[in-house]
Amino acid sequence: MNRKISVEINGQVVDGLVEPRLLLADFIRDNASLTGTHLGCEHGVCGACTVQLDGRPVRSCLLFAVQANGRRIATVEGMAPSATTLHPLQQAFHESHALQCGFCTPGILMTMEAFLREEPDPTPERIRSALAGNLCRCTGYQNIITAVRLAADRLQQTRA
Amino acid sequence: MKPAQFEYDDPQTLDEALELLARHGDDCKVLAGGQSLVPLMNFRLARPGRLIDINGVASLSHITSESGRLVIGAMTRHVELERSTEVARQSPLLTEAIGWVGHSQIRSRGTIGGSVAHADPAAELPAALAALDATFHMRSKQGARVLGWKQFFVSEFTTALAPDELVTAVQVPDQDPSTGTAFVEYARRHGDFALGGAAVTIKLGRDGRCENATIALLSAGPAPVRAEAAEKQLRGARIDESSIHAASVEAVKGLHPTTDLHGSTEYRVGLLQTMTERALTKAAERARSMTG
Ligand SMILES: Cc1cc2nc3c(=O)[nH]c(=O)nc-3n(C[C@H](O)[C@H](O)[C@H](O)COP(=O)(O)OP(=O)(O)OC[C@H]3O[C@@H](n4cnc5c(N)ncnc54)[C@H](O)[C@@H]3O)c2cc1C
Ligand code: FES
Ligand code: FES
Repeated sequence: MNRKISVEINGQVVDGLVEPRLLLADFIRDNASLTGTHLGCEHGVCGACTVQLDGRPVRSCLLFAVQANGRRIATVEGMAPSATTLHPLQQAFHESHALQCGFCTPGILMTMEAFLREEPDPTPERIRSALAGNLCRCTGYQNIITAVRLAADRLQQTRA
Repeated sequence: MKPAQFEYDDPQTLDEALELLARHGDDCKVLAGGQSLVPLMNFRLARPGRLIDINGVASLSHITSESGRLVIGAMTRHVELERSTEVARQSPLLTEAIGWVGHSQIRSRGTIGGSVAHADPAAELPAALAALDATFHMRSKQGARVLGWKQFFVSEFTTALAPDELVTAVQVPDQDPSTGTAFVEYARRHGDFALGGAAVTIKLGRDGRCENATIALLSAGPAPVRAEAAEKQLRGARIDESSIHAASVEAVKGLHPTTDLHGSTEYRVGLLQTMTERALTKAAERARSMTG
């Protein structure tokens, strides 16, 4: 039986009448028309679909949309503070050449934004370990690590 | 790669959940963190007719300390276990083990109840719980029962749970102050399921000899394996390099982990021996630093 749900995505409430089997990732992409959240493997391994559920990084391919009813979701589209300014993490990725095709980038940004909130001053080893749940087939990861560290420095400066 | 159709219930109390399970039993599946079940459903390797989502049952989500035992509710998420100061103090083996489970995104959702009910032979928590002599608390509409790890884990992906039964909690005896524990594993990439691993506890007596030892191995057989002969060999022994080496040789005797694309039986047996040796060495060091 279809269910009526309403999910807050990036501060806006999105309503839908959905089948229980609809994955949260598909609700975000198709119902909310936010296609920044990518689907790579659909079984929890690649990390491309990572979004934040009530502030925590989760796989949106392993949640049903009905489970997000009444909850708060953040996706990559909500990161930048305005149409002309990037989030410090996005800016650092841009400057450090931390993406090539960009398929993995939204999932990595959502994972790293949550990570830096919890660990504002991580070592490169900690960044590597936090990245373990996101696969990138292009960059070789080095520039991603550089970018996350650069963003950490800038975020700490603005906080200080 | 989308799940087949199913009916969906999201009970808010334990009684409602048990009622639904009693009514639909065989045709339904419990949905906890979904980190093992949903991949299977996306591949359509699992096609349950109905899901009973227990994420709304708040009474299943708790970590409490009760007269010398740590009681961990089934819906306690991996991330909560990882960060619990109570668990770190009373059962540091669980804290060490959980750090090896998947990635942060998986640990945000995955639960201890789901891990033990799923019973993957390569999973960390079942092995750690076997080393700790944990008990498993289960409930159906018919009533409650408690099983030890040996009765609970039956085979790969198979437990003693009946189709209408829920795991409600896992209980772990508090760690004795003269005990040292260690969890060690090897995986090709951090966060992957282990090719082999060991969870051990060593309790030292006043004379510095081993009073008790437990050794549980993961990825060693269809269910967690306790190396009982090796444990016996350590009891009463002085713990040093040679007794640890001898125990780790004993621990893998008779094991036949299956050859697959990740490693042959011989490789896996060798790996398990090394993991046991490392875990025992670490646990002994920790036990010594506790007893000073
Ligand atoms: C990419 C990835 C990597 C992972 N790596 C690891 C790893 O390294 N080590 C590891 O151990 N795990 C790993 N996991 C699995 C993860 O730990 C799961 O969270 C766990 O195995 C299952 O817990 P769950 O709460 O998600 O259960 P679910 O997926 O919801 O359920 C699993 C099974 O248990 C049943 N079940 C769940 N809860 C109960 C209950 N209370 N009573 C009765 N039955 C119940 C369900 O019906 C289902 O059959 C990984 C998962 C992914 C996607
Ligand atoms: S699409 Fe969700 S983890 Fe790959
Ligand atoms: S930039 Fe192409 S997959 Fe990461």
